[in-house]
Amino acid sequence: MATTDRPTANTAQQFVDMQASPEFQDLRTRLRRFVFPMTAFFLIWYSTYVLLGAFAHDFMAIRVFGNVNVGLLIGLGQFLTTFLITGLYVRFANRDLDPRAAAIRAEMEGTER
Amino acid sequence: MTYLAAGETVGNPIANIGIFALFVVITMIVVIRASKKNATADEFFTGGRAFSGPQNGIAIAGDYLSAASFLGIAGAIAVYGYDGFLYSIGFLVAWLVALLLVAELLRNTGRFTMADVLSFRLKQRPVRMAAATSTLTVSLFYLLAQMAGAGGLVALLLDVKSKGGQSIVIAVVGVLMIVYVLVGGMKGTTWVQIIKAVLLIAGAGLMTVMVLAKFGLNFSEILGAAQTAVSGSADKAVAARDVLAPGAQYGASTTSKINLLSLGLALVLGTAGLPHVLMRFYTVPTAKEARRSVVWAIALIGAFYLFTLVLGYGAAALVGPDRILAAAGGQNSAAPLLAFELGGVILLGVISAVAFATILAVVAGLTITASASFAHDIYASVIKKGQVSESEQVRVSRITAVVLGIFAIALGILANGQNVAFLVALAFAIAAAANLPTIVYSLYWKRFNTRGALWSMYGGLISTLVLIVFSPAVSGAKTAMIPGVDFAWFPLANPGIVSIPLAFVLGIIGTMTSKVPGDPVLDAEMEVRSLTGVGAEKAISH
Repeated sequence: MATTDRPTANTAQQFVDMQASPEFQDLRTRLRRFVFPMTAFFLIWYSTYVLLGAFAHDFMAIRVFGNVNVGLLIGLGQFLTTFLITGLYVRFANRDLDPRAAAIRAEMEGTER
Repeated sequence: MTYLAAGETVGNPIANIGIFALFVVITMIVVIRASKKNATADEFFTGGRAFSGPQNGIAIAGDYLSAASFLGIAGAIAVYGYDGFLYSIGFLVAWLVALLLVAELLRNTGRFTMADVLSFRLKQRPVRMAAATSTLTVSLFYLLAQMAGAGGLVALLLDVKSKGGQSIVIAVVGVLMIVYVLVGGMKGTTWVQIIKAVLLIAGAGLMTVMVLAKFGLNFSEILGAAQTAVSGSADKAVAARDVLAPGAQYGASTTSKINLLSLGLALVLGTAGLPHVLMRFYTVPTAKEARRSVVWAIALIGAFYLFTLVLGYGAAALVGPDRILAAAGGQNSAAPLLAFELGGVILLGVISAVAFATILAVVAGLTITASASFAHDIYASVIKKGQVSESEQVRVSRITAVVLGIFAIALGILANGQNVAFLVALAFAIAAAANLPTIVYSLYWKRFNTRGALWSMYGGLISTLVLIVFSPAVSGAKTAMIPGVDFAWFPLANPGIVSIPLAFVLGIIGTMTSKVPGDPVLDAEMEVRSLTGVGAEKAISH
């Protein structure tokens, strides 16, 4: 089709074979096993926070120390978990995903990169 | 004029204009130097995919941190306290969706636009048409909010009070934006965003340090002083607020609480569906660099929102809610007033110039995205059925940018002074409903097909638009866009809580009811490419 933007040297059969191969399935499973639970976790944690912010004003207003209350700490906790998940994902992707993706790429493109 | 009083401009308008003019001159030089090679579509739409992850991450922060998030969030914290902070958290957490689910796979699969990915294994023309329609709608609303906001900023910072004068400034902003996009393409636009992001984050960081220094580096004392200042307000409703706990802005009724949930949902799911954010991932050479971009963006955006927390409460403590609310621009003036309080005319001038630079950089990013989508998706694929050269696509895109720019100027002048702040939240709601479900399904769900995509995209787009038209944001409330009439029947100003789940469900129902099976070969190609980067677009080497 003329509208496609797919400059690829690989044949359709190569993609189908690669998709079915154990090394690709391994990469796919590893990716999904990390990102899906992690996404579920931060969405639930964020929703909990917004629900508390909307409905649990008294709880959020409990002073912990000085003028700092529970709401502020949970809010800053959202920043902390966001930075933490980012770090965890980068470590995971660099260690578990990148070498596997690079190996498959090298096999498909016939070049070591 | 360095006098400060109710409804007055603060600082010295000449200094504000001068520092802003300096920004324009410097960015123009950079844009012209960056534009030497802009002949090919790759150069024009993606800057040759030659930006590094950190560079792109800074540019993303520049694209994302609009005037609404700088002036708006600092102001909301200063006046309403905690609820403003809640708002900023949604904007940050949203980046995890982009990092974990979207950025790298999108970079590996697409070329210029969001539609490249969505239409990869589906029917090209209808899916591209739907994706481009949603891209143009989101970009236009976002653009309109920025341009209309420029009018208020002019009154506050440049002492231009007449509507005619404000219109001229809005036109100047629009013309500058057109020039950036035409001359600089994506490369020039990216550099404008990088320069602006550095200025904005450095400026906010400097002010944060100054505020903290005034309170002996004790954040708790800032909170205490803010609450004392708010409690001492002459306005009884303001004085009654507990600004350290949630509820001052959204706590009044169950409806307003659900409204907050709805807003939170749109913010967290909208970011990874914003076309101008997605297009930025094509400006880097590899998926790994796309990942680094998001990491840098998260670090910078997170730091920036922590700064606004200090600035917002600092403004409440040092300037006080009464002076903020009485100033031209209302709560948006919290950050500029605080700058004046801390650093006098010079700091105010810098912060004002940064606020203008912010508008310029954001509208330029939106315009290049919308014009790329029109040229690449609608003109090349739908109208010309792919029989178009790349240089022709660039030409059409340039024309589109000019038309959009003129359109934005005209709408910005018309909307000046209207309450269009809801348009940014609306753009996020549309992005979350019309774009994100289809992006996620097409990247992760094998069975997903054309009907599912079209139902989800058009369903999300239309339901969000219909609900907003009949919501209190448009009519039937004091703060509505058209306050005089009342045709509202939908109680929430933020429709996301209905339209986003609806779009996800429509994608499933459409897919299940369609007899057309997906193409297993295209599915294999897309999945292998998206996860590994086989055959992904390469950077152009110079």
